[in-house]
Amino acid sequence: MNKYLCLCYYNQKQYDAISAARMKEMVAECQPHDERLRASGRLIVNSSLAMPNTSRSIRVSGGGEPVVSEGPYENTPEPAGALFIIEAENMDDAIRIAMLHPGPHLGKYMDGGIEVRQFEYFEQP
Amino acid sequence: MTEGAATSIEARVEAIYRTESRRVLATLIRLLGDFDRAEEALHEAFRSALEQWPRDGVPANPRTWLVSVGRFKGIDTMRRLKRFDALDDHTAEAASVHMEPWEDDSVEDDRLRLIFTCCHPALAPDAQIALTLREVCGLTTEEIASAFLTPAPTLAQRIVRAKAKIRDAKIPYEVPARDELPERLDAVLRVIYLVFSEGYAASAGASLIRTDLTGEAVRLGRLLVELLPEPEAIGLLALMLLNEARRPARTSADGDVILLEDQDRSSWNRAMIEEGAALVERALRSRRFGPYTLQAAIAAVHGEAREASQTDWTQIVGLYDLLQRVAPSPVVELNRAVAIAMRDGAGAGLALIDAILGRGELTDYHLAHSARADLLRRLGRTDEARDAYQRALTLTRQEPERRFLERRLRELH
Repeated sequence: MNKYLCLCYYNQKQYDAISAARMKEMVAECQPHDERLRASGRLIVNSSLAMPNTSRSIRVSGGGEPVVSEGPYENTPEPAGALFIIEAENMDDAIRIAMLHPGPHLGKYMDGGIEVRQFEYFEQP
Repeated sequence: MTEGAATSIEARVEAIYRTESRRVLATLIRLLGDFDRAEEALHEAFRSALEQWPRDGVPANPRTWLVSVGRFKGIDTMRRLKRFDALDDHTAEAASVHMEPWEDDSVEDDRLRLIFTCCHPALAPDAQIALTLREVCGLTTEEIASAFLTPAPTLAQRIVRAKAKIRDAKIPYEVPARDELPERLDAVLRVIYLVFSEGYAASAGASLIRTDLTGEAVRLGRLLVELLPEPEAIGLLALMLLNEARRPARTSADGDVILLEDQDRSSWNRAMIEEGAALVERALRSRRFGPYTLQAAIAAVHGEAREASQTDWTQIVGLYDLLQRVAPSPVVELNRAVAIAMRDGAGAGLALIDAILGRGELTDYHLAHSARADLLRRLGRTDEARDAYQRALTLTRQEPERRFLERRLRELH
């Protein structure tokens, strides 16, 4: 079986506009999807990421020494907010499994989406 | 699935809730780091069980299943709400959640962690009691409120504040280290004994509708002995059992006080007395016993006497001597004086009580005056006895006590 990285993107502006009350409702709506994704037995890693403004980036440019800077590598209005890694037979199977995640169902409220990308090399020490 | 089978699974979920919910909660508090989150997750887990078990069957290990499901639900909620949590106050740490595997064999430790956290010295005594009954015993807020004759909103507030204190003061969810253990265990024992005493004192008359606090205290005592068999925990359980054994005999049908010497000893619960006496032996053998064990030992001597006249007063005086050494107090001294009166005669006891009162101690304690009155009565000093009973009467606030003293006064003539 192959492994796939699923990167969840969202629109920062829309996300920030969601009220606490609405978010609570959405969390409840997420739950059946979370459960189905876990029940698939194909989930290897599940995670969510800290806000992009807390990132630091290591850049190596022009053959010089690596330089650490504040902020994300790429400033985009649609950063990644979560990632999960699954096991699947092929890309179609991977899409089927990624569809179980809450993202495709609730992503519409924050203009979200998921990029599914196969691993070429995967090491788990 | 037939309706009958569905109903029987519901009954099983209910039974599992009764036996396992406190264990599951104790572990979820550790895994989720917060009482409220853990309670919510506990309810979510049982809701899922009610949905899934009729379809998929009851899992082989329901507790593990419930902890896993509750944990996932709690963590999913936390990570999705972290933006707002971070706004409330604390929780840079709550915002970053790590799903480490959890150990099923630390579950019993979780129950101890929960007990020690609920009885943490940073919490006020009434908060310790309310929180322990709510979280460890699983009583509802309404049940605790009615047991303590407190309005439910007041009690709910008390619990909310206690949880906030735990969160804000970052009280760690742990069993205290060896060096702190004796002091922290004392706090736990005090809470359990206060719950017991509240139930015991209220066991007369109109209090029958109140939640069975003595029963809860005994259950707590048993749990503590099972988890942490320290001598004083064993001693406290023994003390509660030995007192509880005499409960049916200590008040009349009208709620009047019946003194130990006048009680119908055939109505004492023999099985409880035997269990209590065996526990006393076990605690005494440790040679690390304290005041609870000694009080239990005294109760055991009374329990073993089939007739009041067979009471081994010499042994009781000896135990009071020890008690006075490990936990000196004027009340212990008073009880010792009464035991001396039984062993050596009323005059000897009276001299000791007069010495205590002469030092200015216990002068407002009604039992000191009623004990003194009783000895004066036995010595035939009726006028002085009358004065002493009257003094006791002005000091007592309990109705059954008042009726008892009035009866004694009438009998003097």
